[in-house]
Amino acid sequence: MRMVDLIVIGAGPAGMAAATEAAGLGLSVTVLDEQTAAGGQIYRAVTGAGAQRGAVLGQDYLDGADLARAMQASGLQHLTGAVVWNIEPDADGITVTWSQDGHAAQMRAARLILATGALERPVPIPGWTLPGVMTAGAGQILLKASGLVAERAVLAGSGPLLYLLAAQMVRAGTPPLALVETQSLRDTIRALPHLARGLRGWRTLLKGLGLLAELRRAGVRRISGARDLAVEGQDRATALGFAVGGATQRIACDTVLLHQGVVPNTQASRALRLDHDWLAAQQCFAPRLDAWGETSQPGIFVAGDGAGIAGALAAAEAGRLAACQVAHQLGRIDAGKRDARARAPAARLGAERALRPFLDAAYPPAAQVLSPADDTIICRCEEVTAGQVRGWARLGCSGPNQTKAFGRVGMGPCQGRYCGLSVTALLAEAQGIDPADVGAYRIRAPLKPVTLGEVASLDLAEPAE
Amino acid sequence: MQADYAIIGGGIVGLSVAWGLLRRGRRVIVLDGDDGSFRASRGNFGLVWVQSKGLNQPAYARWSQQSAALWKGFAAELGEGAGTDLSLRQEGGYDFHLDEAELEARVAQYSALRDTLGGDYPFEVLGHNALKREEPEVGPRVAGAILHHQDGHVNPLRLLRGLAADVRRQGGQVLTSQTVTDVTQTDGGLRVTCASGQVVEAGRVVLSAGLGAMDLGAKLGFAAPVRPQRGQVLITEKLPKMMNRPSGIIRQVDEGGIQIGDSKEEVGLDDRVTTPTVAAIAARAVAVMPRLEKAQMVRSWGALRIMSPDGLPIYQHSPTLPGVSLVTCHSGVTLAAAHALRLPQWLEGDADAPDLEVFSERRFALS
Amino acid sequence: MNAALPFRDLSPAAPRVRVTLDGAPLDLPDGANLAAALLAAGVGSFRATPLSGAPRGPFCMMGACFDCLIEVGGVTRQACMMQVSAGLALTRPKGRVSE
Repeated sequence: MRMVDLIVIGAGPAGMAAATEAAGLGLSVTVLDEQTAAGGQIYRAVTGAGAQRGAVLGQDYLDGADLARAMQASGLQHLTGAVVWNIEPDADGITVTWSQDGHAAQMRAARLILATGALERPVPIPGWTLPGVMTAGAGQILLKASGLVAERAVLAGSGPLLYLLAAQMVRAGTPPLALVETQSLRDTIRALPHLARGLRGWRTLLKGLGLLAELRRAGVRRISGARDLAVEGQDRATALGFAVGGATQRIACDTVLLHQGVVPNTQASRALRLDHDWLAAQQCFAPRLDAWGETSQPGIFVAGDGAGIAGALAAAEAGRLAACQVAHQLGRIDAGKRDARARAPAARLGAERALRPFLDAAYPPAAQVLSPADDTIICRCEEVTAGQVRGWARLGCSGPNQTKAFGRVGMGPCQGRYCGLSVTALLAEAQGIDPADVGAYRIRAPLKPVTLGEVASLDLAEPAE
Repeated sequence: MQADYAIIGGGIVGLSVAWGLLRRGRRVIVLDGDDGSFRASRGNFGLVWVQSKGLNQPAYARWSQQSAALWKGFAAELGEGAGTDLSLRQEGGYDFHLDEAELEARVAQYSALRDTLGGDYPFEVLGHNALKREEPEVGPRVAGAILHHQDGHVNPLRLLRGLAADVRRQGGQVLTSQTVTDVTQTDGGLRVTCASGQVVEAGRVVLSAGLGAMDLGAKLGFAAPVRPQRGQVLITEKLPKMMNRPSGIIRQVDEGGIQIGDSKEEVGLDDRVTTPTVAAIAARAVAVMPRLEKAQMVRSWGALRIMSPDGLPIYQHSPTLPGVSLVTCHSGVTLAAAHALRLPQWLEGDADAPDLEVFSERRFALS
Repeated sequence: MNAALPFRDLSPAAPRVRVTLDGAPLDLPDGANLAAALLAAGVGSFRATPLSGAPRGPFCMMGACFDCLIEVGGVTRQACMMQVSAGLALTRPKGRVSE
């Protein structure tokens, strides 16, 4: 089996920066990424976006192309369409197994950097499984990768991404019908004390204010403090209903784009059984890291939003730090050179993180999605409702792995990606304990479904025909 | 807290015994572990299985047969009480063989056991063509199969949930996230102490904690020579019905997924899955049913069987703590009906109690 | 007809290739993301769930939610992780499979 110094999983900002830095320090590097081109989700299809799409998406997006070009120029190996489904550390290294074009393949590495980014926080509201309901991230991906803009769309939820997407839709000439926000003025007031420390991130703050001005100029209808969101429709979404100040409203539409912030994608770090902490401010779990990004499993690092949400610029800096430490551990640079090289990325990382407490407080997930009504589906794959999970808690399920056994929640193809946090929250609520003490799903291979034929092709006793 | 029985362990074995005792009108408290406990009850294969059991100990074959025969009534009563269908199907099960000689050797073993059991061991041998008529999806490499008519399968997760619900419905108390640290004698009975500080007073105690008996057994006077044996299992996406009966290593669950296992690995308390073993399991499944090649594997897991040195259950009253009994086995699903409907008589020394002497710990002292 | 489509396509017209969806011919942009191309063509529901038979379509567009599953040559795949190519035979999974 081939052995390299470093495997990086994910080619978003963290993965691209980490791999480029490591290659520059003389390491043999392989990047495995599921997509057809480098960029991750934030810079999805960035090298292929034409002038028109670029104008719609904006300069922050186009800046991502620099990372992609630098990675390409570094000469490292970047495998596209590579879906990693198992990671197995042992005493001498780490074996990574993936699928590419319907074939299974394996490689070993001395070090591993997980740069698997973020997922949208689950938004369990009535009707969120209907065709026509997507995440705001999906709306952006359609725009970035395919140039598609939803025609009669309502954006709903909480978080700066909604402003960016709405502004991009305005620039594309197809503004959303409305922006229905779940955060309230009270959240903004609560967030203000964080603002003083957040001023290091003033550039981001100004951009946000600029987006809001852009939406105002375009006349986009904005509603905040919305509650009881529900998507209406039989076979597809036809309207979004909600309540504001006691009155119910309804906006007919074809597409609903939901957003409640993003959370770390911990599937790989959980499968590796790394130590995780509950981040109360972001209402999510993240792997426990040292200052370089190394996890509780020596030799395995996490960089980027997979370690806690801080955004694309922070992700790239975290990737560079991890690469410096990997190069040092493998004897390519001494501690002095490592520290010198890490100084600028560390400073920029600190600045990028400064605004985060303000944003976390100003755009909290809605109470409705943290504690969904009994009849709301929380597990999309196995069609399990919040009420069922509450019932199993009454039957003695103290943790999410027991609820899996009791009702198949989290056992579908998405492996709990879009119900894990909901189940943890429901069990915490039912027992009156902290989510940290409830824990999370145990994740096992395959990280993504893989055909038995591909799995079987790795059987040593039966060489592939 | 007081009860007639304290059951240490809230998995399928403990809950089955608790359910049977509640049915007899006893007051029962179950002490269950936490979410991170090793739980064979949520990792098992779901077979209600007779063939291959007790090839060297006919009493085990009979005990398995007895439980399989009790299962229908047990599933009906439990299902009604808990309001859930356990999806029990007892229409026979297969032992697939890719190798003709292996099949013949197995048939010889079964035939000998059938003679020992006085003929009550209904199996037949299906050659490739006969098997193909029963199971059109089997591939050309399958030499044949043994079809045993006493075999079947059940939805093991609904069994677990049904027991948990019906034990409570019958008035049983289940205390969760408890680690029992000690059982001591008191004036009137036994005192069970937990790490949390929880104390339960009970007349009798059943230790049915699976691998938990490794730690607690000696303190209660048992040898409890159990060890973990890992089995890796994988399951596909939900597929339209493609199998009529289960086999020991591959079955279609009632929700549609094809479940495939099972390895036997001596790796201690390590329930991880490993690519080489999963690959070998997948290769064998594809050899048996080639169409599975295109099926997506959505999950895999490792579960730890609770194995005794000879693989048989252990039923033992404590020689040092009167009133304490050890119940442990690796076939908690197959034996659930016997544990619910026959073990209470053994625990209480009834005249019609099953004779479980061959399953006592005495057998380990002899060998 | 086109006015009713829920998405506006900003990208320049790409050469189209013929695929089939449940046996019916459909012309989609060559090399496009399959899920996006189907959405743009007005296909909203990609499958019915194996449990309740409820309709589902793309939700996350990034390979995480598994709601855009579609059958291609007998294999269930994520449409959002595939590209359009000539001759793809697509089948929408039909729903309930349990006994």
